[in-house]
Amino acid sequence: MNKGMHPLVMIGLVGAVTLFGRLLPTWTLSLATIAAANALISLGIVVLARTGNISFGQGLFYAAGGYGVALIANGWGLTDAVAQVIIGAVCGGVLGLVIGPLIARYSGIFFGMLTLALSMVFYGALVKSTALGGSDGFNVGRPTLFGIGFSDPREADFMLYAVSVITTGLAGIAATILFRSEFGLASLAVRENNLRVEYLGLSANRIISLNFVIAAIFAGASGAFALMAQRHIDPQFAYWTTSGEFVFVAVLAGNQSVAAVFVASMALELVRSFSNLYLPNTWQLVLGVFLLGVILFLPRGIGSLWVRDRRRKSTPATASEGTTKKEVVL
Amino acid sequence: MNRLSRARRAVTLASAAAISLALAAPASAQETFKLGIVTFLSGPAADSFGVPARNGGTFVIDQLNKGGAPSPYEKVGFGGMKIEPIIIDENGGATKQVQELRNLYQRDNVDAVLGYISSGDCLAVAPIAEELKKMLVLMDCGTPRIFEEGKYNYVFRTAAHATMDNVGLIRYMKAKNVKMETLSAINQDYAWGQDSRADFVAAAGQLYPNAKLVTDLLPKFGAGQYGTEISALVSAGSDVVYSSLWGGDLQSFILQASPRGLPKRSQLVFSAADHVLPPLGDKMPDGTIIGARGAYGLMSQKSPLNDWFFKGYEGANGVYPVQAAYRMTQAILGLKAAVEKAMAKNGGKKPSTDELVAAMTGLEWQTPGGLVQMKLADGHQAIQSIGFGRTKYNPDLKRVDLVDIQYFPAECVNPPPGVKSLDWIRGGMQGAKCN
Repeated sequence: MNKGMHPLVMIGLVGAVTLFGRLLPTWTLSLATIAAANALISLGIVVLARTGNISFGQGLFYAAGGYGVALIANGWGLTDAVAQVIIGAVCGGVLGLVIGPLIARYSGIFFGMLTLALSMVFYGALVKSTALGGSDGFNVGRPTLFGIGFSDPREADFMLYAVSVITTGLAGIAATILFRSEFGLASLAVRENNLRVEYLGLSANRIISLNFVIAAIFAGASGAFALMAQRHIDPQFAYWTTSGEFVFVAVLAGNQSVAAVFVASMALELVRSFSNLYLPNTWQLVLGVFLLGVILFLPRGIGSLWVRDRRRKSTPATASEGTTKKEVVL
Repeated sequence: MNRLSRARRAVTLASAAAISLALAAPASAQETFKLGIVTFLSGPAADSFGVPARNGGTFVIDQLNKGGAPSPYEKVGFGGMKIEPIIIDENGGATKQVQELRNLYQRDNVDAVLGYISSGDCLAVAPIAEELKKMLVLMDCGTPRIFEEGKYNYVFRTAAHATMDNVGLIRYMKAKNVKMETLSAINQDYAWGQDSRADFVAAAGQLYPNAKLVTDLLPKFGAGQYGTEISALVSAGSDVVYSSLWGGDLQSFILQASPRGLPKRSQLVFSAADHVLPPLGDKMPDGTIIGARGAYGLMSQKSPLNDWFFKGYEGANGVYPVQAAYRMTQAILGLKAAVEKAMAKNGGKKPSTDELVAAMTGLEWQTPGGLVQMKLADGHQAIQSIGFGRTKYNPDLKRVDLVDIQYFPAECVNPPPGVKSLDWIRGGMQGAKCN
């Protein structure tokens, strides 16, 4: 724990970002809410990626969280934002607990393809369920907080922004602590050589499963945020392009910094929004060029903009990531 | 790499962000009406619906801004205010659309947003506009669920929902004595296909109580290959094959079904196929019964307004307008009528959103596709008349013409206020006024 920020400083930072929302124009608030939700799920992908496995099917848990929250909200009238986040996280986590141990036996491309396949099975089932609105989905009411309803749009947006930034921030802090812990370092070791990890007396499968569940919990909570922000859910939540976008945020951010995930997510949303406004016919192209640019010029992600120096004199575990080897780009 | 260049990069990033924020700042001009327009510019629905809608929109807005439209729309722009359109792409899913809608209202300060072709997008954006208390005009999307499951004050739909496409189709078949003892259906496996199928089967149950549904296929959206489906349909050999396929899927289906003789075995009936006539040309089998989701395109009725639109659009785009272009036009003209009605009431000032909403509620206005009346959902959901016809290739003009056209009045094919569409059909379509 001799490097990086103290968790209390990070909590302070999250508080500051939350209060900063009071100054932001309204449209940025909802954009930031979505960006924070996307950051949360991408953070889960980064957590999982430390074991050397990429999930192309996080949409499964994202949709599970979203649909779980939406059905409970419509069925029992539960609209509290914090409760909804917890429900989403539980839905994602339970599903992750079922799938994780089954899938942990696979690695690499097989792991990725299986996650993708499972999410598409869920997508297919949702499209067929006309009771849930089929491919059009259905709407839910606006969330409340601790029994308070928000009728002013700006206050409602700020409430969501605050809840999502705080939740994502806390998840980020938890992830940072996790990364530095014995378990987090063992996860990195699984990526390097899972046989050796087994010889150390640790179960690589268990480590992958646990990381998978953590990623699923984050994805479920993220689905809850997306639902609260847009008050509508449809099977697109589980579609592979949705999952792919989260992987892209993770790639964009790199796995060196938790903060980078938030920056990457926000940058992606901003680029998407402005390119769609000014270049409605070619916004995908702009998005693609932006992503290509980041990959070409910042191959280890946006995080490498500020993490590089510190990591050079860091612990052996992270040194083995190869971060010390190339200092040539740019 | 050193600290300095990293700082420089940070400065570049920050200034880029600052520039983009500055660009986003609203330009305040008194004399314009800022109109956000959302339509598919990419993705599978772009060619069939999104781009024709965009082209229709730009043509009409150009004409209105020049004061070139015929009576009663001869005033420049909206009541003298020039229309300033901001066109964005509907592709990318409901999450993105909700965000972009917020951006249009809150960042770009548009006076109203008009558009949306996908039902999923319509369902998602309607509650957001309602919460923000901003004017939203849905121009196309099919599902009746928007106003049947929700109640909105700031949301309007200026086109009839999908119920009339199938009720009208069955009424046309009955009027033309099309024999239907057996029926097969092929529809895409998503909300539009599932709902259309349900409406058609329910309506058939009323007017053709003895018809049997033989083969009922739901290939996935965007399948493109229909070999096995066509085999099933050919071997079923039913009197009628119904489909709500559209766009590329419909074109592929027709191109693959014709050589295998399906159009000769069964009467093909398509609920919304007018937009594939220009690209298919002589590949479209003669005698196919098609609808256009209104009295649109080659089924439009002659009027000075329609002549202006049809010819003007054809001149500008080299192809005649189909359903989506008409629907965009009727939405813009409806909004214009509402703005001018509100201005007549408030003494010529630019109307507030609430004044605009009051003017639009229950409004009736003339469009190239005929009269549109906001009669359902407390004056928020439009009804309109619809036409159907049979295809016949015209080798002189090198285009598919429509013959045997019949129109059904709005109140014959749309449910009365307060009744859910599917319940209305299943209950025997009570209260339909068909003359």
